[in-house]
Amino acid sequence: MDLGINVFEMVIYLVGFIAFAAANAAYLVWVERKGAAHIQRRTGPKEVGPYGLLQPLADGAKLMSKQFIIPAGVDRPLFILAPILTMVPAIMIFVTIPFSETILARDFNIGLLMILAFASVNVLALLMGGWASRNKYAVISAARVVSQNIAYEIPMLIIVITIVLISGSMNLTEIVAGQAGGILHWNLLPTNGNFLGPITFIIFFICSLAETNRAPFDLGEAESELIAGFHTEYSSMGFGLFFMGEYANIVIAAALTTILFLGGWYSPLPESIPYAGASSVVWFLVKMYLLIWLVVLIRWTYPRVTLWSLLNLSWKILIPFSLFNLLASAGLVKLLG
Amino acid sequence: MNLSISPDIVPIFREGIFFGLLIVTVFGALLATLAKRMTRAILGLVVCFIGIAGLYFFLNSHFVALMQLLIYVGAVAITICFAIMLAQPDEMKMAAKTPALAGPFAILLGGAVTWVLASTAMKATWMAPALKVNEGTVKQVGASLLTTYSMVFELVSIVLLLAILGALVIARSGRDKIEC
Repeated sequence: MDLGINVFEMVIYLVGFIAFAAANAAYLVWVERKGAAHIQRRTGPKEVGPYGLLQPLADGAKLMSKQFIIPAGVDRPLFILAPILTMVPAIMIFVTIPFSETILARDFNIGLLMILAFASVNVLALLMGGWASRNKYAVISAARVVSQNIAYEIPMLIIVITIVLISGSMNLTEIVAGQAGGILHWNLLPTNGNFLGPITFIIFFICSLAETNRAPFDLGEAESELIAGFHTEYSSMGFGLFFMGEYANIVIAAALTTILFLGGWYSPLPESIPYAGASSVVWFLVKMYLLIWLVVLIRWTYPRVTLWSLLNLSWKILIPFSLFNLLASAGLVKLLG
Repeated sequence: MNLSISPDIVPIFREGIFFGLLIVTVFGALLATLAKRMTRAILGLVVCFIGIAGLYFFLNSHFVALMQLLIYVGAVAITICFAIMLAQPDEMKMAAKTPALAGPFAILLGGAVTWVLASTAMKATWMAPALKVNEGTVKQVGASLLTTYSMVFELVSIVLLLAILGALVIARSGRDKIEC
């Protein structure tokens, strides 16, 4: 086993990722609240700091200083373990995400698979949290989350296989490298040689919305029916960790979409243009945050779907389409490649 | 600044990681078998799976390790959880009293299985684990699945298909009376 790892670098990356996840969780909440407020013609947070920018810090301090209440009837070890289990895989996933050619904790040959494997642990955490709470709403929510996640994992995996077929690799760095040379080479666009690109992207995007339990697919925490879903019984940082895990997963989903479809750290402009054409981590972050903004917009624009239409969408529309898409893409790769 | 690990302590590190994973696996297995509550038994199973995935990872079979996580933790454990939630077991009820002969018999059987496995393991010639971190395990697994083990692979897919059909038949039969 190769242990020639630089300990210093490892610690820096670990601390960096945890800080990145936490900062994103804090400020995406702010973005979400401000965005929602403006869509609903309100002002949103504005008292704490300019434009309410210090609100997330105040919220964090409040969450951390509250008591972590463990209700009498709960399954204690599971109840405590569940929020931790949402956060740990999310941090693990950041290890393989290449933010740029150089900002990458570990170049892993099957990085794509690793992301999917760790992402699947998240469902287990939500299920455990819901089940351990001994609360009817939480149990219903957990059941919903599981059926939703299992349903949407299938089309997502099929789409990922399609991308692997096109790129010929499960290494995220290589998938990005295959999209070098401006916007026309991105997997998103038909100009890449695969005219099914947009369909693949749309299916993947819908699946990533469903996998991260975001509206219009947020049946797990449908506030109007289930109070707060699986985290009804959680207070203080237990709730905080669930929340951080959710936003970390949104960041991961957006980063993965950026890598798979939007050319990662490459500039959309040809390389001959100075500055704007250069590839850097800035482009990666710009694309990622635009996607996250899209996710926020969708949440506050569309109403929540019902459970049946949600499951039907996956089993009856997305899975057949993604299978067909896989076959057609394989044919195209064989014909053109 | 060079803070990389010095080569002398690498073996200690390696042993430590290995035994850590071993302890996690055995602890999970014990929890799964000894827990009184069903949900905790599943938690033990999950811990055991994660420990085994870690062992695969330690042996540089990253692909197998990740598949272990994806399939066993991400799918099998969740399916078991789901089945238990649907069955609504009485959590507080202890397991029914087992017949007196069951304990010794189980120990005997377990000992026999352990003895067979251990003696096979001692005699077998083991393949050296992959040495480089990014060796193309996916390619090797894929190639052997579609050449050496293609028959087994296809048979397993038939078994899975039958299982799905069976599940559909069972699920469907309850639905006939309800208009939907």
